[in-house]
Amino acid sequence: MNASVQNTDLDWRLIGTIDDIPAQGARCVKNGETTIAVFRTADDRIFALEDKCPHRNGPLSQGIVHDGCVTCPLHNWVISLETGTAQGADEGRTASFPVRLSGRDIYLNLKPGA
Amino acid sequence: MSRQRLVIIGNGMAPGRMLEHLFEASDQFDVTIFNAESRVNYDRIMLSPVLSGEKSFDDIVIHDDAWYASHGITLHRGQKVVSIDRDAQTVTSEGGITAAYDKLVIATGSNPFIIPVPGHKLSGVVAYRDLDDVQAMKRAAALGGRAVVIGGGLLGLEAAAGLKAQGMEVTVLHLMPTLMERQLDPAAGYLLQKELEGRGIEVRCGANTKQILGDTQVEGVELEDGTVIEASLVVMAVGIRPNVQLAQEAGLDVGRGIVTGTDMKTSDANIYSVGECAEVDGRVYGLVAPLYTMAKVAAAHLAGATDAAFAHAETPTKLKVTGVNLYSVGEFGDGPELEDVVLRDAKRGTYKRVILKDNKVVGAVLYGDVADGMWYNELLKSADCVEAMRETLIFGQAHQGGGAAADPLAAISNLSDDAEICGCNGICKGQIVNAIKDKGLTSLAEVRAHTKASASCGTCTGLVEGVMALTLGDTFAKKAEGMCGCTDLGHGDVRRLIVAKGLKSIPAVMQELEWKSSGGCAKCRPALNYYLLSDWPGEYVDDQQSRFINERVHANIQKDGTYSVVPRMWGGMTTSDELRAIADVVDKFNIPDVKVTGGQRIDLLGVKKEDLPAVWKDLNDAGMISGHAYSKGLRTVKTCVGSTWCRFGTQDSTGLGIKLEKFMWGSWTPAKVKLAVTGCPRNCAEATCKDIGVICVDSGYQIVYGGAAGLHIQGTTELGTVKTEDEVIEIAGAMTQMYREQGFYLERIYKWADRVGYDTVKSVIFDDLESRRAYYERFVYSQQFAQVDPWSERVSGVDKHEFNPMAVFGLPNDTTVQEPAE
Ligand code: SRM
Ligand SMILES: Cc1cc2nc3c(=O)[nH]c(=O)nc-3n(C[C@H](O)[C@H](O)[C@H](O)COP(=O)(O)OP(=O)(O)OC[C@H]3O[C@@H](n4cnc5c(N)ncnc54)[C@H](O)[C@@H]3O)c2cc1C
Ligand code: SF4
Ligand code: FES
Repeated sequence: MNASVQNTDLDWRLIGTIDDIPAQGARCVKNGETTIAVFRTADDRIFALEDKCPHRNGPLSQGIVHDGCVTCPLHNWVISLETGTAQGADEGRTASFPVRLSGRDIYLNLKPGA
Repeated sequence: MSRQRLVIIGNGMAPGRMLEHLFEASDQFDVTIFNAESRVNYDRIMLSPVLSGEKSFDDIVIHDDAWYASHGITLHRGQKVVSIDRDAQTVTSEGGITAAYDKLVIATGSNPFIIPVPGHKLSGVVAYRDLDDVQAMKRAAALGGRAVVIGGGLLGLEAAAGLKAQGMEVTVLHLMPTLMERQLDPAAGYLLQKELEGRGIEVRCGANTKQILGDTQVEGVELEDGTVIEASLVVMAVGIRPNVQLAQEAGLDVGRGIVTGTDMKTSDANIYSVGECAEVDGRVYGLVAPLYTMAKVAAAHLAGATDAAFAHAETPTKLKVTGVNLYSVGEFGDGPELEDVVLRDAKRGTYKRVILKDNKVVGAVLYGDVADGMWYNELLKSADCVEAMRETLIFGQAHQGGGAAADPLAAISNLSDDAEICGCNGICKGQIVNAIKDKGLTSLAEVRAHTKASASCGTCTGLVEGVMALTLGDTFAKKAEGMCGCTDLGHGDVRRLIVAKGLKSIPAVMQELEWKSSGGCAKCRPALNYYLLSDWPGEYVDDQQSRFINERVHANIQKDGTYSVVPRMWGGMTTSDELRAIADVVDKFNIPDVKVTGGQRIDLLGVKKEDLPAVWKDLNDAGMISGHAYSKGLRTVKTCVGSTWCRFGTQDSTGLGIKLEKFMWGSWTPAKVKLAVTGCPRNCAEATCKDIGVICVDSGYQIVYGGAAGLHIQGTTELGTVKTEDEVIEIAGAMTQMYREQGFYLERIYKWADRVGYDTVKSVIFDDLESRRAYYERFVYSQQFAQVDPWSERVSGVDKHEFNPMAVFGLPNDTTVQEPAE
């Protein structure tokens, strides 16, 4: 996808409320072929990443959420929820998507962030 | 002294240590470091534990970003220096950064030597030198297949063990007839080879590589004799060459390494060299101990006039492969003037050889039992005459002067103050004792920070703790390593405190035990969740988000994100109805693969996550429940046909297996638990490698436990023989409960029993009927909350959110406003 394209209002979608996602958990949003994992941290921050680990495409939505990161269920890479980058000595990055909260409603932008 | 500009080329272990000494002595330097690697200074020695997965990169960082900041150091990462202008006193990097110096230190280390055989440039051929190499190996290991390690020296063997631990098949090719021939004599080399082969590593000595095969990616290795070995990874670990190119181009004196005096100055008085690139008195080095001496000498000279001088000393070699003990130091060749004293114990697999010259120790090779290595090294260094103890020398220090017997503390207390405890850092017993007393140190971490003892490869940790125990007396309680980065408390302490303080939730544990992170991590949360579940049955509410995905969705995640489903087949028995139901499920949900597992039941592989509840419903309807093939809990009870059919069967092993499985399924345990009941000592159900095994005999049931046949192979230990099935069931429940209450998370029964002692387990569970009964009753109590089929629970709607997407959108350009999901 072209990251230089400006996000338009049309790309923002209401996907549900905070209460649909367990704290320190994730749910998936399907957008055509792409699966987006929407995470909720212990302190109710919401992040969205493509559901594909930069290592070997593990489904990040299935991992354990901790400290603003998710540990991939396949080989334990730790991915930052905010930036999608692998932490520690591992290198790689997964696409992240802008998320906006309005009250308890979650709006997700279907175009990945820069 | 006015402020000086110090520039360092290379950021390895030698200059890192030099700076520590320098900052202690002087604050007059503005330091700039150029490093070709794009990272901070880390402990290169510990790359092997990172490769095997025992440590992470963070664990081996020596200086973190904060350290550079606090010393005002400019660190240019990923900037290789390409030229030195000695007239202008500047260096320039590849990226065009130029820095001027008053003093320059060249610490470029070594380059791994790559044998230029055809194919050496293919993708998949790596050296073993830095973190990039480790990452490349781990990536290759994740794909599986075979690795060929060329070189059977220290590095090659550590790489081989690490790759094996990462799950690869491994072949080591070594040109010489025995392994590590520079450090070990043939006898010890042979024992080492046997040990590695026992771990499933193939070793080929006398193997000469002809070429590496493949188009762009490694596909195999061909030997001179025509043998072809298929491989997806080739690791070259055949030696190192001091990295001298830069110094050579700058016109400095270069021999094998960059030539320095014993003051570490090169032929240019403003330029020093330390580390593997330096050559002193005609010698170059490849182990850290002498490099750290160089670092100390160079720092002293930089800080002011001094007579500090580098002197050669023998450095002992150890191999950092968990469970392999070998130690060698000094000379061990054959020569007319050399005399050998040898002790072999084939049963224990030990070999000791001390080499004497004119009644003085000049070398030692120890394999298996290495406790006396340090003592021999001390005798070697002191060059004392050992004639008086010739007869008992080989038996070790404990046998001198009446014998302090096998008490390790007594042995340590016998050591003289200048006995070297930490070989890597050259730290003697007296220095550690003084630091403990003068600075009031009480923990291992403090001793490491202040003395550096045990801070490098860590093999001397036990000795350092011994010195601490002797110096501090009763006030020193050996502390277990923290569970993870979130706490300094070990698993044992955490388990004890949860009960003692009545902590009943994960946040309560984190608060009361002063967790250092806000919400824990992926290591501690699953452990805490288990401890709480096991300690407060019926009270604690399982925290789903602290469970690994498999236990959260009650199926095993597969490499492509689909799941596998394994229904229980009690004791390995099934029926035509069950098989028919399984066949129907396979057809209905298009399940790609059906496999018979190693645990006597059937695995349905490749099920889509959203299909799981429906698959389970159909299996439930046919009377089948989850087989917990994913859980830290009871997996299978394997059985053989036993007296029902077999002409040798002595008891109804199948029936007893089914009873045990029905009694124990559903319980959560520290790690998985596998049982087997076999009908006679022919042992067709493989009871002697299970966590708990039962061997039926004419007179009753022999119970064995503590076996494993996975990463580690261990035969069981006998518990005792009982007469009735009821006793077997009571003992199995009681032992499992004792393990549930004491085990550390991920510690299997054999590791727990190794830790608490087989005698203890036997006396508590077998000999003492009252305590057996008490454990059994606690197990039965907790089972009433545990025996809920997780599948039918979910079929009826529990955790529905796990299996459905939150929202679904069509094509990326559709613009209809979407309703939020329920
Ligand atoms: C399916 C099966 C292989 C097969 O196709 O036969 C299997 C499959 C897996 N084994 Fe196993 N093991 C299977 C029998 C065994 C056996 C043989 C046995 O039980 O008799 C062993 C050696 C015996 C032992 O445990 O001591 C075995 C030793 C391991 C180990 C090493 C455990 C250890 O403590 O050393 C692991 C790794 C772990 O658990 O951390 C493992 C882990 C795994 C995992 C769970 C890997 C993972 O985390 O994804 C595999 C899951 C695949 C899946 O999705 O189904 N598997 N595994 C077998 C299932 C048995 C069952 O019906 O439940
Ligand atoms: C896997 C492994 C296991 C080991 N195990 C042990 C052990 O158990 N015991 C033991 O005593 N020793 C062990 N060693 C050896 C030990 O690690 C080395 O002797 C030690 O690290 C060398 O330190 P150094 O500072 O000389 O060089 P290095 O640590 O190699 O550092 C040199 C640095 O300089 C950089 N550099 C090179 N050229 C330039 C340039 N032109 N410009 C800028 N930067 C440059 C390199 O990138 C490198 O980072 C082991 C080594 C390895 C690889
Ligand atoms: S099933 Fe077991 S042995 Fe086979 S690849 Fe998986 S973990 Fe390894
Ligand atoms: S796919 Fe995520 S860690 Fe391997």
